[in-house]
Amino acid sequence: MPTVCVGSALDIFQSGKPPRAVFTNYPLGHSAGRPFDTEDQISIIKSALDLFESNVSETRIHFLSNDWGEPTWQVEASSTEGIDTREERDDTPQFQEESDILAAKATGQL
Amino acid sequence: MTVDYIDVIRQRYQNLGYQPYRWFKADAEVQKCNLHLPVKESRLGLLSTSGAYAVGQKAFHYKDDTSIRKIKKKTTPEDIHFSHITENYLVNARKDPNCIFPINQLNYLESNGYVKSVADEILSCMGGIYSQRRVLNELAPVILSEFRRQEVNIALLIPM
Repeated sequence: MPTVCVGSALDIFQSGKPPRAVFTNYPLGHSAGRPFDTEDQISIIKSALDLFESNVSETRIHFLSNDWGEPTWQVEASSTEGIDTREERDDTPQFQEESDILAAKATGQL
Repeated sequence: MTVDYIDVIRQRYQNLGYQPYRWFKADAEVQKCNLHLPVKESRLGLLSTSGAYAVGQKAFHYKDDTSIRKIKKKTTPEDIHFSHITENYLVNARKDPNCIFPINQLNYLESNGYVKSVADEILSCMGGIYSQRRVLNELAPVILSEFRRQEVNIALLIPM
């Protein structure tokens, strides 16, 4: 099935070698665009769609020119110091809100 | 400048005394699949690895959860919530899910004729699975099977 990956981690793309990908140099967590920026979000998804019909067969990772604005996030993201930011690994469902637990129980999914 | 996440995270974990993280490294480039239809005549599917779930569904857990959620494309963004092992990347997504889970964008593409249709349900999984074997043997076949059941011709894959 033809696919296009849409993401913001260039070296991970280069390691995984997807057949088609669009790369946006944004902080992780924003693969589909800046928050509350509809124009930016639409432009990224349209660029991804365009890549399906691109005639540049040798191009596998297409760099988008969308600009996050301020570059300080890259300094923080490149730091090798700091604490482990991952959550504890266990098999308890991790709901975003307490009320989501009640909602899942109400639908019989929990 | 781009961030070298693999090197940075390897070094960060080493500084904390952890075993090196084993990143996936593809042996070879995968051949591109040819389109059978123009994009405008295609049905589009989407997979997000952000750990998104709709309110009313069960959230993901953080210990190699290989299950998926199917989220109706007409779900309002306010009802898209997230559970992902690296929650620190979800600060903005929890205010505007469209920055990582493009539900409004998909409906825009469909209503403006960029594609013939979008699958009724968006697929979601938790991307922070440490077992490459379980991703390949458990998760990936389910995703492909769901895309085929949805009869999509093309798919967007949106990692966190």
